[in-house]
Amino acid sequence: MINFQPHKFLFSKKIDEFFSGVYKAYFFVIRFFKQVFLPPFHFGEIANQCYEIGVKSLPLITLTGFITGIVFTKQSRPSLAEFGATSWLPSLISIAIVRALAALVTALICAGKVGSSIGAELGSMNVSEQIEAMEVSAINPFKYLVTTRVLACTITIPILSLYCSFVALIGSYISVHTNEATSIVSFFNNGFSTITFLDVFSSIVKSIIYGFTIGMVGCYKGYNAAQGTLGVGRAANQAVVLAMFLVFVEEVTIVQITNWISYF
Amino acid sequence: MEQLNTMHINKEPVISIKDLYKSFDELDILKDITIDVFKGENLVVMGRSGSGKSVLIKIIVGLLSSDKGIVTVFGKEVNKLSGKDLDALRLRIGFLFQSAALYDSMSVRQNLEFPLTMNKKNLNKEEINKAVEEVLDAVGLKDKMNVMPSDLSGGQRKRIGIARTLILKPEVILYDEPTAGLDPITSEEINMLINDVQKKYNTTSIIITHDLTCAKQTGSRVAMLQDGTFVKVGTFKEVFESDNEEIKSFFSYNFIQ
Repeated sequence: MINFQPHKFLFSKKIDEFFSGVYKAYFFVIRFFKQVFLPPFHFGEIANQCYEIGVKSLPLITLTGFITGIVFTKQSRPSLAEFGATSWLPSLISIAIVRALAALVTALICAGKVGSSIGAELGSMNVSEQIEAMEVSAINPFKYLVTTRVLACTITIPILSLYCSFVALIGSYISVHTNEATSIVSFFNNGFSTITFLDVFSSIVKSIIYGFTIGMVGCYKGYNAAQGTLGVGRAANQAVVLAMFLVFVEEVTIVQITNWISYF
Repeated sequence: MEQLNTMHINKEPVISIKDLYKSFDELDILKDITIDVFKGENLVVMGRSGSGKSVLIKIIVGLLSSDKGIVTVFGKEVNKLSGKDLDALRLRIGFLFQSAALYDSMSVRQNLEFPLTMNKKNLNKEEINKAVEEVLDAVGLKDKMNVMPSDLSGGQRKRIGIARTLILKPEVILYDEPTAGLDPITSEEINMLINDVQKKYNTTSIIITHDLTCAKQTGSRVAMLQDGTFVKVGTFKEVFESDNEEIKSFFSYNFIQ
């Protein structure tokens, strides 16, 4: 058994704790990849978590996606109107939504809703000895609780992201339609004509990475929660903050990589 | 430390602990613990809060590892087991947590079915239902089958916790403070249940408690843990009548309480 608690501080308490946290997180991720391909696979629990994460997030994603589409269109219109280029609105909105906004909005909503929920659930299971109860019943709690939730996030968040793109485009169309009589066919024809395969592909890849990150951070924080109910609240809070931070870091990184690929 | 009762001389120990040490950071929790637990007996481990009672049974079931010493259960050294071997051993050991540790998101029925369906995949629905009904009957809570844990009282949670350990038909049961936080009447019911379970399923038990009534009613032997080591092992009467000042003060304080 690895003892992660240093007896003497190498630098200072906070710096040592940071590095020991990174070390612990690294082992957590490695443990996930070691266990995810080994049976038993708990398909029932994965489906259950997909329902909890995916289906139960639909109303929130629908609302935020729809509003994003409307607001982004309304904010973009005056700038394009100055140059007499409002006909470019569907293309501009489609590129922005498909390339960046849908995946990012979905990830941020899920980091808040799903990340905190997983962090709090596993955290409360941990402090109330439910995880140890699984262990003594010869059930692998990491396999049953962590791998299923991370997989469910990795599967459902890209689907939610595609759904968010669709709803945001509908919102955008309604906003466009209230100003000028554009048909839905012409709006979508115009919009999709500028979207490339790389745009859709990179958006899906991004969402997969975001989903994995949100699930992993939520599980890591919850699984390692300590100090009773205070620890549960802290785990939920840290799960959201860290997941959002990592999503932004990943967004910047992936945009750079996508730009290099499209350049070549 | 007082020697074990002679009645156990010819019996093979189910649990054997030799020279066990455990510390957390700089704090020594268990020091030189040596004891054997024999088939069919209820060993009560008593001691003040923080004396390492729960740590001891967590080491026995492999939830914590020891720093030094040997813990053998059914002839297998727990520290050397991992993966499937450790799981196979754990299936023979039941563990009742202090909080009962029922799964909040599952109903009572699901709590009982869960360890069974995860470990005995060849059982059909009918056999699972029969096993669930049998253990609920044993703890006298058949009518609570479809209730959520949050709707149960403290005593009922403990009973369901015992039912969950029984469903895998363990040969050893480790009880961590089974009567903690319960009123005297409910505590007595739990004590009776522990004795009934021992008789009906012929289990060997270690009961961690600082409740004197629980120790007296359930223990065939009592071991007194003090400063990380056993200072007295014997029948309840022998420990109660000990000349050790710390034990005397422990008992007298409990009586005042």
